[in-house]
Amino acid sequence: MDTLPPVASGDVAAPLAPAQLRELYSLMVAVRHLDTSAIAWQRQGLIPGYAPELGQEAAQVGSGYAVDTTRDFVFPTYREMGVARTMGVDMIAYMSTHKATWHGGLYNPLESRLAPIQAVVAGSVLHAVGWAHGQTLDHKDGVALSYFGDGASSQGDVHEAMNFAAVMKAPVVFFVQNNGWAISVPTERQVAGGSVAARAAGYGMPALQIDGDDVVAVVEATRRAFAHARAGNGPVVIEAMTYRRGPHSTSDDPGRYRSLAEERDGAGADPLERFRQRLLTEGIADEAFFAEALAAAKAEEEQIRTGVQALGPRPGAEMFDLVFQETTPTLQAQAASWREESEHV
Amino acid sequence: MSNSILEGGTTVAAGATANTVVLSMQQALNRALDEVLAENPKTLVFGEDCGRLGGVFRITDGLQAKHGDQRVFDTPLAESGILGMSVGLAMAGFHPIPEVQFDGFAYPAINQIVCQVARMNYRSRGTLPMPITLRVPSFGGIRAPEHHGESLEALFAHVPGLKVVSPSNPHEAYHLLKYAATRPDPVIFMEPKSRYWQKGDVDPARADAADGAPTGAKVMREGRHLTLVAWGAMVARCLQVAGLAAEDGIDVEVLDLRWLKPIDAGSLAASVRKTRRAVVVHEAPLTSGLGAEVAQLITQACFDTLKAPVERVTGFDVPYPSGDLEDEYIPNIDRILFGIQRVLEYKRG
Repeated sequence: MDTLPPVASGDVAAPLAPAQLRELYSLMVAVRHLDTSAIAWQRQGLIPGYAPELGQEAAQVGSGYAVDTTRDFVFPTYREMGVARTMGVDMIAYMSTHKATWHGGLYNPLESRLAPIQAVVAGSVLHAVGWAHGQTLDHKDGVALSYFGDGASSQGDVHEAMNFAAVMKAPVVFFVQNNGWAISVPTERQVAGGSVAARAAGYGMPALQIDGDDVVAVVEATRRAFAHARAGNGPVVIEAMTYRRGPHSTSDDPGRYRSLAEERDGAGADPLERFRQRLLTEGIADEAFFAEALAAAKAEEEQIRTGVQALGPRPGAEMFDLVFQETTPTLQAQAASWREESEHV
Repeated sequence: MSNSILEGGTTVAAGATANTVVLSMQQALNRALDEVLAENPKTLVFGEDCGRLGGVFRITDGLQAKHGDQRVFDTPLAESGILGMSVGLAMAGFHPIPEVQFDGFAYPAINQIVCQVARMNYRSRGTLPMPITLRVPSFGGIRAPEHHGESLEALFAHVPGLKVVSPSNPHEAYHLLKYAATRPDPVIFMEPKSRYWQKGDVDPARADAADGAPTGAKVMREGRHLTLVAWGAMVARCLQVAGLAAEDGIDVEVLDLRWLKPIDAGSLAASVRKTRRAVVVHEAPLTSGLGAEVAQLITQACFDTLKAPVERVTGFDVPYPSGDLEDEYIPNIDRILFGIQRVLEYKRG
């Protein structure tokens, strides 16, 4: 499905240069390596839990690559590590949420342009609409990029968000990663109407349903959607069709709801391997480049692991200090008794 | 004496000055919003029917014409959407003053209020403040349909990250809204809809020293024999009751709590340490209501001086009833007088 009017602008229409294609590959390798390592960290006891994204690297890197961090803002849920990495977010600060150091992560959302990590899967979709409407009111040209999944699309907030955005012509790109599963429930038992993209028509919005495992297609689609929204034409829905190859989280056992054969058939070709073959075939990269990209990813993962390992618990006083901008006497009293009883001061 | 909550007459602020004007609470709130919009270009007023209609209670009357449809606007009919959009606008540097049309329609927005509005400052370690003032026409007394009269204060007050306030008369409405709408934290502003049309003295210059701190409780009538603690529409009713009790020689102090989160425990203790007896009056159901919190704060601070256990006169543990029964449900003059009597006649076993 593609109901998005063509964009004339040269920047958007221009094909990606070889250096950009190589950069995309490097990002995908970095994300793949960090993602699989994070599962190992959980098994080793370094972090209590993690939500893997194996197989969604193209969807995340490709869409995150279209973000202009000088003016746009991204609203993630809890499975957007690849987007965060692509945007250049401090990954130790990002991973801190999975170490149970601080809900939302330790990165600065304003500086990184990435809203705090969010567990209510449709919660931030409306925030994207509000932020985007703020751009209109401020006469700015920033675009809000809202990530959610096929499961989240069942929640009312997604429908309210799409309706609000369409009525207000808010510059929002609703980026749906349809990874086939909402924990154990497959898309056909989750999404009525055939697809999330099909719903856009009902709100009078253009939509694109794309191959979410083709990183170049994802970059191109996201750039087109950004250009459409930035030009004041209102919101766009992109449904990136992909597949969650691993479990929902490190606590999940996909063997209870799908067989290995189903997993292999559903997943299709590995997006990373697919892109590698393309780069080879087109002569854009060679084995030496791939080896170098992997080595860089390994070095990066090691540095992030060391940082995550070194993360100590936050000082308890923050628990009280960060509730409000203006604290209350009740909270001050509770903080004082906590200090007396826990820190003996 | 009628038991209708819509009666209770004009309120006169102590120490009226040359600045004082007589306004209804509806007019006072409208004026406060008008001034807040004029003073801070980042404030936005929006919700269902807030624009051209001026709100179903006309609280936003004329504001769109004066401040434009970018600053005062109608949203689609979806409360979760209104609150979720407020979060995003706050993240973009705005100061949203959203409205949910009636208290019972805050329920569809509870997820956004509790999981998002109340937590974003904490989740973001203070980098994304939520200066959102949610106006909620609240409480009963106007014979409205189901879901149009609810007392949600305990529910909101229980949520970490929210502050809750309720004005009792036009002067309080004007000043508390102006204060709330300039704070950097989320405030649930509970407007007693049965008092919207009651007129009273408003001193915009706030020359009245008895106003005290804008975050505190306020003694609305001094007394020696016991303290009635109330908020919102119940303050006017308690003042009525205090007048009647005075005819029997009972000198009742009326404390308007104003802020329900955080509660001004100091003023509460000061009043009850003086009178040594207290009755909490609220419209919300009894069980796990805010009266229990108030009673505990009093007990903790005044146990040694209390002459009787703190009494509660409240709504009942029933869904808010139809108009024909609401005078039975809302604490009426007789029930409050009985509460006073129980406290005054208490004998230690």
